[in-house]
Amino acid sequence: MFGTIKGRIAVILVLLAVSVGALVSNNVRDGAPLKLGLDLQGGMHLALEIDDPQNTLTPEARADAIDQNLQVLRNRTDEFGVAEPLIQKVGNDRIIVELPGITDEDRAKGIISRSAFLEWKLVHPTQEFRPVLPRMDRLIETELPKDSLVGAAEDTAATNLQQQLRESVFGRADSTRSDSAAADSAKEAESTRKPLSSLIFDSGQEGEFLVQEQDVERVKRYLALPGVMDLLPRNTELRWANEAVGQGAQLYRSLYFLESRPFITGERLREATAGRDPQFNKTVVTFGLDRRGGRIFEDVTSQHINDRIAIVLDTLVHSAPVVISRIGANGQIDMGQAPMEEASDLALVLRAGALSKPLTIVEQRSVGPSLGADSISQGRIAGIMGIVLVIGIMVVYYRFAGVMAVFALSLYVVLVLGGLAALDATLTAPGIAGFILSLGMAVDANVLIFERIREELAAGRSTRAAVDEGFRNAMSAIVDSNLTTLITALILFQVGTGPVRGFAVTLSIGIIASFFTAVYITRTLFLIYLERKRPTEPISI
Amino acid sequence: MRRLFAGAHYDFLGWRRRAYLFSGSALAVGLVFALVWQFTRGSWLNYGVDFLGGTLVQVQFAKDTDVTQLRDAINPAFPGVEITRFGQSNEFLIRTPVSGEATSGAAEQIPSILTARFGEGSFTIEQVEAVGAKVGGELQARAMLAILLSFAATLIYLAFRFEWRFGLAAVIATAHDIFLTMAFISGFRLEVALPTVAAVLTIVGYSLNDTIVIFDRIRENIKISGRREEFTSILNRSINETLPRTILTVATTLATLITLFLFGGEIIRDFALIMIVGIVLGTYSSIFVAAPALRIIEERWPGERKKVRTARPTAKAAV
Repeated sequence: MFGTIKGRIAVILVLLAVSVGALVSNNVRDGAPLKLGLDLQGGMHLALEIDDPQNTLTPEARADAIDQNLQVLRNRTDEFGVAEPLIQKVGNDRIIVELPGITDEDRAKGIISRSAFLEWKLVHPTQEFRPVLPRMDRLIETELPKDSLVGAAEDTAATNLQQQLRESVFGRADSTRSDSAAADSAKEAESTRKPLSSLIFDSGQEGEFLVQEQDVERVKRYLALPGVMDLLPRNTELRWANEAVGQGAQLYRSLYFLESRPFITGERLREATAGRDPQFNKTVVTFGLDRRGGRIFEDVTSQHINDRIAIVLDTLVHSAPVVISRIGANGQIDMGQAPMEEASDLALVLRAGALSKPLTIVEQRSVGPSLGADSISQGRIAGIMGIVLVIGIMVVYYRFAGVMAVFALSLYVVLVLGGLAALDATLTAPGIAGFILSLGMAVDANVLIFERIREELAAGRSTRAAVDEGFRNAMSAIVDSNLTTLITALILFQVGTGPVRGFAVTLSIGIIASFFTAVYITRTLFLIYLERKRPTEPISI
Repeated sequence: MRRLFAGAHYDFLGWRRRAYLFSGSALAVGLVFALVWQFTRGSWLNYGVDFLGGTLVQVQFAKDTDVTQLRDAINPAFPGVEITRFGQSNEFLIRTPVSGEATSGAAEQIPSILTARFGEGSFTIEQVEAVGAKVGGELQARAMLAILLSFAATLIYLAFRFEWRFGLAAVIATAHDIFLTMAFISGFRLEVALPTVAAVLTIVGYSLNDTIVIFDRIRENIKISGRREEFTSILNRSINETLPRTILTVATTLATLITLFLFGGEIIRDFALIMIVGIVLGTYSSIFVAAPALRIIEERWPGERKKVRTARPTAKAAV
C-alpha cells in the first residue's frame, strides 16, 4: 500500500501529524515546543566530586557517598525552588547539577556545595593547651627551614634601616619612630624563637585564644606542618572561628581548643528557621532537635554547667556559649550582621541535611540569560538566511523540480523539529549549527537524484524512465554518504559531552529525516507530478 | 534545462602533481607553524578552558572600559590572567590558568574584584566556564577517542561496502583533510574547544561523503566499461560526471556555513570557519587526493580486472 501515491501521502501525513503532535504536546506541557539548553536559556551547570585529594576513600565508599549526596542535593534544590533542576549521577564518582534560569550564581553554588555539617562539641580547658605550646614552637622551628623564619624578619629590619637612613638624610628622623621600629625588630627576633606562641594570645575565656587577623594565614601554615597537631592531648583539636572580631583598632580571630568528638551532630536536627534576634540585633538561625537529640543535649548540659559548648558548622566555630543551666531541644546559631538571605540559605541547607562527604566543584559552566537570548536570535537569523539561500539556489537551478525539493525540505524542517520534541532532546547553540548544517546536507541527496535524472534525460531516456533510473542509481551514493555521517554523529553522541552531544543529536535526527525526505517525500512529489503528464512530455528540471 | 559543468572533460588526474605540490607545501607550512607555536607558546594547539582547565569569564561593561584597566584590577590576584576584547566593544574574555584538580575559585573572585574596582551593576557576567585539570584531561581524552573511533568505524563500513583499495584511498584523503584542517587551526591559533571536535568530526563525515559519491561512480563505471577503458580515463570520467553534483552541493553547504559564520554569533563563528575550510578541503581532496591515491594503489596492487590488462604492455615491450 506504501507504493501507491495515496498510500505514500498517507504515510507522510501520519509522520507530519506525529511531529506536529509532539511539538504541540511539549508546548502544552512545558510552555515551549522544544527544551532549550542552558546555553540558550541561561543557567548554571556544575559537576561535583567527593573532595578527597589524598584518595583515601575506597571506590565503594565513594559511590555510597555520591548516592547519599545525590539525595541531599535533590532536597536542597527542591527547597531552593529552582524550576526543573537536573541532578544526575555520572559514572560512579560524579554528580551533575543543572539549574536553568539561575541568576544569583554564587548563592546557588553556596547552597549546592556547602557541606552543612553541624556539630556540638565541648570546649576544653585552656590550661591543658598551655604546656603544648612550647613543644609546638620547637617542632615548628625544626620543621620550617630556618631562613624562611628569619628571612621575613630581616626584610622588615632592612626596610626599617632604609627608612631611618632616608629620614636622617632629609633631616626628619624622629626618635619615637625609630624606637618603635627597634621594638618591631625585637618582636621579629622573638618570633624566630617562639614562632607560634608569639602569635597566639590568651583571650581570658576558657579554651579560646586570639590571633591577629594578619597572622592567621601564618598560624594556619605552622599548624599544618607535619606532627604539630599530634602534640595536642588525645581527643582534642583546634578550630577557628567563622569570623574575626574587633578589639580597638585590631581585628582578632578566635582559635578554639575543643574535644574532637561531637556529642551531637546535625542529624538530630528537626527544624531550622532563619530569624532576627531583636535583643542584640543579630541574624540568627534557630533550630529544634528531635526527641533523642533533645535528651542528649539535656544530659550533656546538665553535667557541664559553666562549661562552654561550641557550635561548629563545616569545621568553623560559630559560637561557644557558656552553659548557664540545663538546655532543652532548641537553640540558635548566631550569624552577627549577616544579611537575612544568608541565614535563610543556612536554614535551608540544615533542613535539607548535611552532605555525607564534602563535595568539590570540578567543572562550572554558566550562561547569563541575555547571552542565551542573543544566541537564539542569531541562530534564527542564520537559519532563515541559510534556508533562503538554499531555496534560491535550488529553484533557480532546478526550476519546478527545485520547487518540489524546497517543499520537501520544508516538511523536512517539521520532521526534524518534531523528532527533537519526540525524543525530548535539548536544543543547544551547537545543536542549531548542527541543524543548519544538516539542512545543507539534506539538499545534497536531492542534488544527487536530480543530477542523475538529468544525466538519464541527456542520455535520451523517456521522462518516466529517467526519473525511475535517477532515483534508483542515486540510491547507493545517498545510503553510503548518509550512513557514514550517521556513524560519526552517533559516535559523537556516545563519546561527547554537553554541547557536542546536542550537536550530535540534531545531526543524527537531521540525517535520518533527510534520507526519508529525499528518497520518499521527493519521490512521492515526482510521482504526483508525473501522473499528470504523458510519459514522453518533458519535465521541468 | 541548463546544466553547469555538464559534459565537462577536465583532465583532473593530469593535475595530480600540482595537487601533490600544493598539499605537500600546505602541510609543510602547517608543520612549521605547529613547531613554532610548540616552542614559543608551549603548545602547537591553542587549547581552550575545556581541555586545559582554567576559568573563563565573559563580562559586558555598561561604560567604556579597556583591557589595561581590567588587567590592573585582576592581575594582582591572578597573575598570568589573559584578557581579550570579544565581539561588542565593551565585552571582554578573562581567562585564568588552571590551578588544580578542582576549579580555582576565580569564577567567584573575579566578579567580586570587578565589583570592588568598577562598582556594583557596572557590568554583567555573560558567561562563566570553570574547568578543573581533571575534567580538562578527561575531555581531551574523550575527544581523541571520538576522533579515533569515528575513523575506525567508517573504515570498517567502507571495507564492508567497497573493495579495500577504495577504503584505503578514502582514508588517505580524509586523513589529508584532517591534517590540513588541524594545520589551519594551529596556524591561526584558533581556540580548540569542545565544538572544535564536533567541527573536525563533521569534516571527517563530509569529506568521506564527497569521496564516496565519486567512488560510487567509479565503481559503477568500472562495472560498465572496466575492461575496455584505461583506469585513469575512468577516474577522470567519473569525477567529471559527478562534477555538477559536487559543485552544487558545495555551493549549498557553503551557503549555509557562510550565513552561520556571518550571522551565527561569536560562539558559532570559529566553528563555522573551521567547517568552511574543512569542506573546501574535503571537496578538493576527493578529486585531487582520493582519486590519484586510488590510482597509485591500483597500480601497486592491481585488482583482478587490471591483471589481464597490465600484462599487455609488457608483451608489447617485448616485441
